[in-house]
Amino acid sequence: MKEFTPPPDSASIVSVTDRVKPVALGMAVTSVHFLGPRAAFVGGEENVAFVDSNGEISTVAVHSGGILSNASDGKRIVMGGDDGKVVSLDAKGEVTLLATDPKRRWIDAVALHADGAFAWSAGKTATVKSGKNEEKSLDVPSTVGGLAFAPKGLRLAIAHYNGATLWFPNMEGSAEFLPWAGSHHAVTFSPDNKFLVTAMHEPALHGWRLADNRHMRMTGYPGRVRSMSWSAGGKGLATSGADTVIIWPFGSKDGPMGKEPAMLAPLQARVSVVACHPKNDILAAGYSDGTVLMVRLEDGAEILVRRNGTPPVAALAWNAKGTLLAFADENGDGGLLEL
Amino acid sequence: MSEATSQKIPVTVLTGYLGAGKTTLLNRILSENHGKKYAVIVNEFGEIGIDNDLIIGADEEVFEMNNGCICCTVRGDLVRIMDGLMKRKGKFDAIIVETTGLADPAPVAQTFFVDEDVQKNARLDAVVTVADAKWLSDRLKDAPEAKNQIAFADVIVLNKTDLVTKPELAEVEARIRGINPYAKLHRTERCSVALADVLDRGAFDLDRILDIEPDFLEADDHDHDHDHHHHHGHDHHHHDHGLKHYHDEDMQSLALKTDKPLDPNMFMPWLQNLVQVEGGKILRSKGILAFHDDDDRYVFQGVHMMLEGNHQRKWKEGEPRESRLVFIGRELPEKAIREGFESCIVS
Repeated sequence: MKEFTPPPDSASIVSVTDRVKPVALGMAVTSVHFLGPRAAFVGGEENVAFVDSNGEISTVAVHSGGILSNASDGKRIVMGGDDGKVVSLDAKGEVTLLATDPKRRWIDAVALHADGAFAWSAGKTATVKSGKNEEKSLDVPSTVGGLAFAPKGLRLAIAHYNGATLWFPNMEGSAEFLPWAGSHHAVTFSPDNKFLVTAMHEPALHGWRLADNRHMRMTGYPGRVRSMSWSAGGKGLATSGADTVIIWPFGSKDGPMGKEPAMLAPLQARVSVVACHPKNDILAAGYSDGTVLMVRLEDGAEILVRRNGTPPVAALAWNAKGTLLAFADENGDGGLLEL
Repeated sequence: MSEATSQKIPVTVLTGYLGAGKTTLLNRILSENHGKKYAVIVNEFGEIGIDNDLIIGADEEVFEMNNGCICCTVRGDLVRIMDGLMKRKGKFDAIIVETTGLADPAPVAQTFFVDEDVQKNARLDAVVTVADAKWLSDRLKDAPEAKNQIAFADVIVLNKTDLVTKPELAEVEARIRGINPYAKLHRTERCSVALADVLDRGAFDLDRILDIEPDFLEADDHDHDHDHHHHHGHDHHHHDHGLKHYHDEDMQSLALKTDKPLDPNMFMPWLQNLVQVEGGKILRSKGILAFHDDDDRYVFQGVHMMLEGNHQRKWKEGEPRESRLVFIGRELPEKAIREGFESCIVS
């Protein structure tokens, strides 16, 4: 394989498009997660569509309106809607109402902890519900842009304007503010719990090393970063927003400070969504022209999963074992690939 | 270009000082039998309750873009709400953003210029300002927000005209014109204005910049009656026949015109530099330009430091190839602007 030089004709890229089981969801899709053996495609509004390995689709109503946010731990999906409700959907297709905003405000962000705790935000208020404990809420200075639980302990990161707030919901007065000017949206902890990264409204990421709150500026994107995914083992953070997949190195104690990111799988289209393989150093990338590629992190070797020519890819996910890849474009035209 | 524009969802920004009648206008728009569905972004859930429409509460959160431009502020909440609304595409035909009475319209407008995702899906249609005929003159003296809203407007709904006398109405109109003579002005009672006069105006659509002329109501001609003169003593401003001029207003408009062609290599850098340096003072700008050796009309418009422009169409046969520009702003350096403009004329 090492001696293999791909011919200049890009049409002869290694392709597995013929092994993809097409899925026509017939609804706008924003993301996908695997719940057990089935792929669960989250719609833009109202429904989640389960797709089994035979390509059979069954739809479950979860919200009476737009589905604004979702998070999954592989056992269930927690979603927030413009109906002011936080609901969860399990692998059997059962929907549980978790919370309702008293003023029916939009549930802008949700997060899910490995131990079952979950968090949501409406306006400036972030709320955590952990096991049988009562709900704990924290108001931050401006509307919450994103939520993420730390990999260890019950600690929540809340992204907002001009920085992020770290909070131990079970510790009174524990909120710690990490400042950085601008509007912060999605937020994620590195799997080793050493770094916090936000995707900003401007085309950039911002990071903090949590040991000393040192800043990491990750800039140079032509467009806003809407998708981030940690590689297996957390050594790299793959991101959308450019016409290549941008992967920032987080393997050392300094993270990406003073380092260049890897740039893989360049196309004449913007990367719209990325999903790293859970076990191997492979990622899947979806593009604004509908292309889906699998990319080897080591050398950037590409395999074509889906050809271009349709709306941007919106949803992309691996199952926990890394044997199935699910994807869909914004209009719900998708597929399943078994490896 | 035009086709892409028309597929974007139009956004009407509804402003007006406290109590001017924004909610009345909003309810009128929503309750009229137009067969359209609106997504309405309001700062307070209140007396609006029309089925079929999406009502979204917002918290006017303004933040500065990290691009070193201090007047480049956007509404972060709008970015977020637009994101959410785009998940329900097809469920509504247009968006109305109601601002609070104390809001500056600029960050709302700039959100639609600066944010890539917002721009992809929506287009700013017009800024509609509701003004209270009875109290606006007072507010223009003590509330800079009210002045901003008038200066920024494409359409002004001068409401509660039944509560003022004719001379009072003439006075408040003159004050509005002193700031912004270019907005379409409609006199109303209880905001009864035709929907076509406030919606789908295309005020930010370069293709729809037809001319740049002050808006004179036909009714103006009948206003110079006795009542008017009785009240002369009430205003402390000098004015000449017809349109009054309020030279003491710090917020004014400045119109430039020439029938000689402009040198694009001089004009464009001058304009860019002008909005870079004075963009904090310039709220709105608009222009139709005739360039030397160019058979196309060039049009531009801007909000503070942001400009967009394009060749619009061929000059028509017999159409006078004139260049017209207007700036609306605060403490505009008129002399410097005029001289700069003159220096771009091909002699």
